[in-house]
Amino acid sequence: MSSDSFIELKNVSFAYGDRPILQDISLTIPRGKLVAIMGGSGSGKTTLLRLISGQVLAQKGQVLVDGQDVGRMSSRDLYQHRRRMGMLFQFGALFTDLSVFDNVAFPIREHTRLPESMIRDLVLMKLNAVGLRGTEALMPAELSGGMARRIALARAIALDPQIMLYDEPFTGLDPISLGTIALLIKKLNDALGTSAVMVTHDVHKSLEIVDHVYFVAGGKIAAEGTPDEVRHSSSPWVQQFVQGEADGPVHFAYPATQGLAEAFGIKGETA
Amino acid sequence: MNALLNPIRRLGALSINAIWRLGFISRFFVAILLNSGQSLLRFRLTIREVYFAGVLSLIIIIVSGLFVGMVLGLQGYNTLARFGSADALGALVALSLLRELGPVLAALLFASRSGSAMTAEIGLMKATEQLEAMSVMAVNPIARVVAPRFWAGVISMPILAALFNVMGILGGYLVGVEMIGLDAGTFWSQMQNNVDLHYDVVNGLIKSLFFGMAVTLVAVFEGYDATPTAAGVSSATTRTVVTSALVILALDFVLTAFMF
Repeated sequence: MSSDSFIELKNVSFAYGDRPILQDISLTIPRGKLVAIMGGSGSGKTTLLRLISGQVLAQKGQVLVDGQDVGRMSSRDLYQHRRRMGMLFQFGALFTDLSVFDNVAFPIREHTRLPESMIRDLVLMKLNAVGLRGTEALMPAELSGGMARRIALARAIALDPQIMLYDEPFTGLDPISLGTIALLIKKLNDALGTSAVMVTHDVHKSLEIVDHVYFVAGGKIAAEGTPDEVRHSSSPWVQQFVQGEADGPVHFAYPATQGLAEAFGIKGETA
Repeated sequence: MNALLNPIRRLGALSINAIWRLGFISRFFVAILLNSGQSLLRFRLTIREVYFAGVLSLIIIIVSGLFVGMVLGLQGYNTLARFGSADALGALVALSLLRELGPVLAALLFASRSGSAMTAEIGLMKATEQLEAMSVMAVNPIARVVAPRFWAGVISMPILAALFNVMGILGGYLVGVEMIGLDAGTFWSQMQNNVDLHYDVVNGLIKSLFFGMAVTLVAVFEGYDATPTAAGVSSATTRTVVTSALVILALDFVLTAFMF
């Protein structure tokens, strides 16, 4: 698997200040595949994406993209690296002062010197790909959440990236929009041949479309496998996550330092 | 012992924090200057911000200027008349506006009208991940978002201050000549004799250039540095107005000491 790996994390550790987020994580994303990273909220999934995009740098280990270490890139190289990368943000992150058309045209205008007529064709093609041609004159505030996410997807693929990063693409969408986004992600990945990483906690939808799954918990890879292996995994942790049970290896309660009785100020009993 | 030491500790922490922010804002200023190429080469980006910061401030500047000039006319006449020198009203109105009131009041109005808007806009762009999205698209947000706004502020401020002056003088004329009935010829000739182009007009405009830089720098910095939450953006906006006002008045003292 590592022979055709496009993105590779080798023994990566990362901490915000003295709060460790990731500890000694290694994983690979093969060329042209769609890989999901799952885990509970606050497990460091999004940090993994930020490491790949170079928004944060690993304190230990290497983040290799096409053989280049993101952590050792100069800022010029980093911008070069980001040009072949598309990222879909959790809530789209559309530029609220630009129309839909200008949002999708933004990366093209910033990075190329194409004539306006060609930009127009490209933008309409991308909008057509996400099924929203005809919305180009609208402003982001006039879009529904699902539509905004699709426009953001069109913007992310505007320059035909080799790498796609999806940050919680399914959060806060109704079932129909969610299905549409999932279908689009799958279709675009097949059509463009991009290597894609998707961070999500929507288990069922993701298992339908991805090629490989990594589970992150407590800053480490807790489990991995193909969707079929995950569904039939014997690991209680994976089962709890896939079935969405409240209690199990991952506890329902936050580890409090005081006992309940003590917190309520009841003394005498052993708290 | 702690009760004795804590206020001292807090004072120390406050000073360290203030110095740290001063260093941060200076580095931010340098970053803006280094990334200004785009806002000057693609001047349309800056023009767009000149519209939002400058053109949309016209009404408040024009109306305030007119009223300040009218008040100057009234107060100036009452005081001057006591000493029998009401003829000097034109010079009084023009000099106080050109040297002090025009640049300072226009800058204060600009800070609360456009500075706060810049902070809120950049802060909200940060809160909604727009700045991050931009940087992930390999577009430097300082070059694309911050620098055009900064230069727009620097360009707009002297023009707005000049307009404020013009409206103020007009207001002084309306009150002094049209309402009170001073001689128009005296009003204007006193003004012409006592106002020096370089010493008064240009120095005033240089002041407002400095104010424009200070106000916009504070505004874009507070926005860029805002905690990306609703409360964070709101307190950053407040800080912009408060800090700008203090910086304008302090800077005014320093510049006046050097100039006049």
